[in-house]
Amino acid sequence: MAKTIRAAPGDAPVTPELEQAAARAKSRRGFLISLPAYVYLVLLFAVPLVLVLVYSFASRSSTGLTLLEDWNMGSYRRLFSPLVAEIAVRSFVLATLTTLICLLVSYPFAYYIATRSARARNILLVMVMIPFWSNFLVRTYAWRVILGTDGFVSQISRLFGGEEIRVLFTNTAVLIGLVYGFMPFMVLPLYAAIERLDWGLVEAARDLYANGWTAFRKVTLPLSMPGVVAGSILVFIPSLGAYVTPAILGGGRTTLLGDYIVSQFLTARNWPFGSALSIAVMAVMLLATIFYFRAGAKTL
Amino acid sequence: MERISRLVVLGLVLALLVVACGGGGVAEDDGDTTPTTVAGDDGDTTPTTAAGDDGATTVADDGDDGDMAACEAGETDGDLNFYNWTEYIDPELVTAFEEEFGVDVVEDFYDSNEALLARLQSGAVYDLTVPSDYMIAIMIEEGVLMELQKDAIPNVTNLDPFFADPPFDSGGTYSAAYQWGTTGLGVNMDVVGEDFEPSWALVFDPELVAEYPGGISLLNDPRETMGAALMYLGYSMNSTSEAELQEAADLITGVRDYIAAFDSDTYAELLVNGEVAVSHGFSGGYLTAIEDWETHTYVIPQEGATVWTDNMAIPANAEHPCTAHAFINFLLDAENGATLTNWNYYASPNEASEEFIDPEILEDEAVYPSDETFANLVVIEDTGDFEINYTDFFAQARS
Amino acid sequence: MSEATRPRGPIERLLAVNTAIVYLFFYAPIALLTVFSFNANERVAIWTEPSLRWYQAMFQNDAVLSALRNSLVVALISTVVSTVVGTMLAIALERYRFRGRGFLDGLAYLPIIIPDVTMAVMLLIFFFQGFDILQDFTGIRLSAGLGTIVLSHVAFNISFVAIVVRARIAQFDPAMEEAAADLYASRWQAFRRVTLPLIAPGVAGGALLALTLSLDDVVITQFVSGPGSTTLPVYVFGLVRRGVTPLINAVSVVMLTASMILVAISLGLQRGSTVKEAMAEEETEEAPLATVPASHG
Repeated sequence: MAKTIRAAPGDAPVTPELEQAAARAKSRRGFLISLPAYVYLVLLFAVPLVLVLVYSFASRSSTGLTLLEDWNMGSYRRLFSPLVAEIAVRSFVLATLTTLICLLVSYPFAYYIATRSARARNILLVMVMIPFWSNFLVRTYAWRVILGTDGFVSQISRLFGGEEIRVLFTNTAVLIGLVYGFMPFMVLPLYAAIERLDWGLVEAARDLYANGWTAFRKVTLPLSMPGVVAGSILVFIPSLGAYVTPAILGGGRTTLLGDYIVSQFLTARNWPFGSALSIAVMAVMLLATIFYFRAGAKTL
Repeated sequence: MERISRLVVLGLVLALLVVACGGGGVAEDDGDTTPTTVAGDDGDTTPTTAAGDDGATTVADDGDDGDMAACEAGETDGDLNFYNWTEYIDPELVTAFEEEFGVDVVEDFYDSNEALLARLQSGAVYDLTVPSDYMIAIMIEEGVLMELQKDAIPNVTNLDPFFADPPFDSGGTYSAAYQWGTTGLGVNMDVVGEDFEPSWALVFDPELVAEYPGGISLLNDPRETMGAALMYLGYSMNSTSEAELQEAADLITGVRDYIAAFDSDTYAELLVNGEVAVSHGFSGGYLTAIEDWETHTYVIPQEGATVWTDNMAIPANAEHPCTAHAFINFLLDAENGATLTNWNYYASPNEASEEFIDPEILEDEAVYPSDETFANLVVIEDTGDFEINYTDFFAQARS
Repeated sequence: MSEATRPRGPIERLLAVNTAIVYLFFYAPIALLTVFSFNANERVAIWTEPSLRWYQAMFQNDAVLSALRNSLVVALISTVVSTVVGTMLAIALERYRFRGRGFLDGLAYLPIIIPDVTMAVMLLIFFFQGFDILQDFTGIRLSAGLGTIVLSHVAFNISFVAIVVRARIAQFDPAMEEAAADLYASRWQAFRRVTLPLIAPGVAGGALLALTLSLDDVVITQFVSGPGSTTLPVYVFGLVRRGVTPLINAVSVVMLTASMILVAISLGLQRGSTVKEAMAEEETEEAPLATVPASHG
């Protein structure tokens, strides 16, 4: 390995060769430090990804075994069938709704927190994080209790003289579950963006006779856009591929993308098709993320 | 210094490799030992080393029967990985087995034959599973099962001759009957009235179904649910016509708005709790769950319904086949077989158990159908290469 | 922010109401869950009387305890590994330039943006095919189990840890490390006594995130686990599909309490370290390498 470079005061001057050797040594060191992650990610991420791609062109035996022969595009062609389109649209609509609702509710929420005193902010933030740190499955299951026929919602409606409502096993239940599960992902980036705002600019707008609403619309909102975009992506993507929430709250009645993919492996035994679906979903999400980066957010 | 950072990096890489190999090696023994220590709770004390020494010895091959070490009656070779339908075995029986043989039984559950097959195909290794009749035929075809060693299961002679030599597994070479039963409809008579027609129309006729508060539930089972639709339409439950299957799928889609759930586990609870008005499910499930027979009942539709047999079978790559044989033998015992029926209310294929079964159960037509009911009952058969269409059309109907 | 920009009057009240409702929304389900876990009867939402029976049942239930044990083992191992590897990755990406850095950068982001269903599929196929090939070549047959679960969890956790640590590294000036070098510190000393303390909150945050994600994971674990290697979330997931009793509530409450304790500990540690740093900063004038003023923790 290259010599240890130590710049001691008063020593011989640093020559270009020395600098180059130092740079190379540093570069090599960086590479070595990254090596464990590199190896791991290549082995347990890149390789599996390639395998899925390979499997998506494979064919299936009559009993559901994957045959690595007879390569064909059948699985991809099937992606365009009306059934898949229906499922995709359904999932897309649900994910969009989830994102919108999260955004509409979280923005005022984050705004309020960001405009409190420092101490209040910390406390309020921790109170947001606590449910987030608790188990996702458990939180989702809690809604099952609330939305069932005997559940809280139903009991309240009966109290008011209405009849029993069962929200469980409907798309609404899934929507509620998704919003609930992913709202922290929207709140945190929004909060970060709003908190970092230069309020001097808003003050300036006020000085220029803008009223509160205009100042918000023309200064605050655009400046907090990176947070909006980040939060939206962080909510939209997992919602699109959601599996656990629909499984627990949706009752398996309407199929969404996540469950459709899972069923290819767990019951339908069609690994090539499941692989093609996975690749397609990944491609869509990749595009969405690239769009997000273009939209000007600096970090995730 | 530099050398130290280099050492650290190398050390970490090595550590990673060890974890990877160690993890893989551990996974190979039983799949249920933790990577850290020899957890005393499995009866099996395999050393937790990397690249399983033990693994290599038990498995040099694909578990061909020829190479299998012979098991004696009652011999065990480790804990049992038992893959079963939910709510299908009396926990006390399991405990009794664990105590008598000094091994642990690790239970896992599936809710349809197709799910079972999918899991086995994806590489999961179990010691004992309980597929239904047609699935046994499929699995034998695929070479997924290991031949039973009759010497290790002397109690097999307890089986009723009809079950000892079934059409889907001649001579009972690969399987031993577990329970049998029927599939039908659980009905809430407060909703449909006392005088209703026992027909699949109760779940497939949109006009009828639209009236129910709460709706219906169907089994999350390709053969059963598609079969029910086929029979309602007047076709054979073992149809090999894509056109007919498409009609069946459309029928299901026609009532999709009223289907509260596709559920093979809690269909009886859904009915009894009032979540649905009519549900599709297996006989024993209802018999266990229904308390008030004035309100709820179980019927076999007149167009036809399935009668099925579930059988214990050992996958070819099982890691503890001897324990599996011991468990099969244990369950085939006359008294244990009766305990099973007395608990899950399914019919027993075990002739010797008859004297120990609750007389009420023996006379209950829902458990042991009368001859005229039998005329209406159909057995699901393996449709060979066509089989996968049932799964596909069902997936389509469900979506 | 100044008084002029703070929302006023009715709008502020409206915002406050909205905030309160959101907090209610966040906590109500958890509260209800907890209350009903002490319910005596079997119906999940109809209250009869308080009782501890479900907690007793839980601690006697072998399946639950074994699932819990599996979860903890997997979470601990995968957290440690992914934190170390992830931190190294973050340092490498933020402080060094080397060939393949761009590729690695992109690759490291991928596990975060793909849904866990896709990741589950990828890993299932990988292990399935891998074990197949291994068996063909060496005759050794491996099977899915705790090992495959740990490997899978580390796979996605590395990226999450890296992101958190990177954010932290980006916050402080590389000049700190240069200063350490100027003061005759070796690279390792500089790392241990300058970089590490500075990024410690980030590393701790990343580790906590990794722990949470590992304990939360359902789909990936379900796909790559084998018999006997069920983890708690997968077990609860199965229970929910199969039949619902307040036993699940009891299990849930225990899981909730455990996470909250973890969070409390981690927050306490972070606060503690910030306070310590601030105090040390006040006390000394010299700059021994160990105490460098930290940006707020």
